[in-house]
Amino acid sequence: MKINYYPGCTLKSKAKNLEDAAIASMKVLGVEMEEIDRWNCCGAVYSLAEDDLIHQVAPVRDLIRAKEQGSGKLTVLCSMCYNTLARANLIMKTDGEKRDTINRFMDEEIDYFGEVEVVHLLSFLKDELGWDKVREKVKAPLTGVKVAPYYGCTLQRPAEVGIEPMGSYELMTELFEALGATVVDFPASAYCCGSYQVLGMPDSAADAASKILNLAGRSGAEVIATSCPLCEFNLGKKQQGLIDEKKISQNIPTFYFTQLMALALGLAPDVCHFELNDSNAVEFLKSKNYSV
Amino acid sequence: MSVLILPKTINKDFVQKIKELSGQDVRVCFQCGTCSGSCPMSEHMEFSPRKVMHLAQLAMGDSLVNLNTYWACASCHTCSVRCPRGIDIARVMEALRQITLRKNINFIEPSKMSAETIMGAPQIAMVAGFRKMTS
Repeated sequence: MKINYYPGCTLKSKAKNLEDAAIASMKVLGVEMEEIDRWNCCGAVYSLAEDDLIHQVAPVRDLIRAKEQGSGKLTVLCSMCYNTLARANLIMKTDGEKRDTINRFMDEEIDYFGEVEVVHLLSFLKDELGWDKVREKVKAPLTGVKVAPYYGCTLQRPAEVGIEPMGSYELMTELFEALGATVVDFPASAYCCGSYQVLGMPDSAADAASKILNLAGRSGAEVIATSCPLCEFNLGKKQQGLIDEKKISQNIPTFYFTQLMALALGLAPDVCHFELNDSNAVEFLKSKNYSV
Repeated sequence: MSVLILPKTINKDFVQKIKELSGQDVRVCFQCGTCSGSCPMSEHMEFSPRKVMHLAQLAMGDSLVNLNTYWACASCHTCSVRCPRGIDIARVMEALRQITLRKNINFIEPSKMSAETIMGAPQIAMVAGFRKMTS
């Protein structure tokens, strides 16, 4: 099976570990991920102002690229890109007036009516492949690894584009159970990590991240799994700083869900680029006898 | 922070302006405070989201000008999902940011960011931060 996918800017550099692990894992599962041609930055956040249509042009252009290349479905890995593309798509599907303005503005492009379906890889895994297929291919089950499934904001909110309703964490839970891991009850799955406030009000963002990490610790989690490079930055790469400031009491390594999947599918650790995670991630894997 | 309510502190067009920018009618809010209780950033805000909604209902636009509330908002949408009156509060916060940004006033200055932040933060943090906090 071949699927089209949209990587987004961060996956080409700082979150290469999210992308490469996904492509390699999906190959094992018999799915070839084909990157769409000539994609551009989606804008990272969906514009919330009613009259601000110019910021919808970038994501809609990506959707047009997907339509041109014949993809009925466009798979996305990064949570923020997923949210931005899915919400822009919703405008093009449901708001005739705005759709018309955007289509007229981009008169060099073909008209777009929301034909492409934007799908997150987690939904694709469940709906198109099924967990049995994943279970079949597991070579090195993550037995005994206690995972906190962390969704953050953009996978679930708002409901119109959420991969599942807020408060339900079945997709990640079922995935990690299929991979042999233990999923802990984690009350902070849908908390905000501070997001882009790491630029505007970094101390407040650090407090938001600390709350999540402390709750993960109290839930008995050994690792946090996410699909968002910004969550990974706030919760993972900033973690040592939070310990130094005594905002959190223990390290909890963060991984992308695709990295944990690649590990369980028995792929060589180099496709996971663990060097791009924080150093605790590598330490943790060594303690679990993974050769990284 | 105290707030003076006088005819001259009220800008009657404010409720309408917020509606045009956000598509939301702030008068629908019945002040239950669910937004403030849900907000991950409330403790860092000068006025909680509920108070901001109240001032907006009272058309006290000028009292909202220098607040950090909407700049601390991370657009996580928890308030919007939980509001029992169905107000998309994240959009109201966006409207308040836009009122300032459209006067060419930035909340963060990209040129003053530390090299460490520029090197470390992922691209989506930069793009999102600049989109939300620069004009």
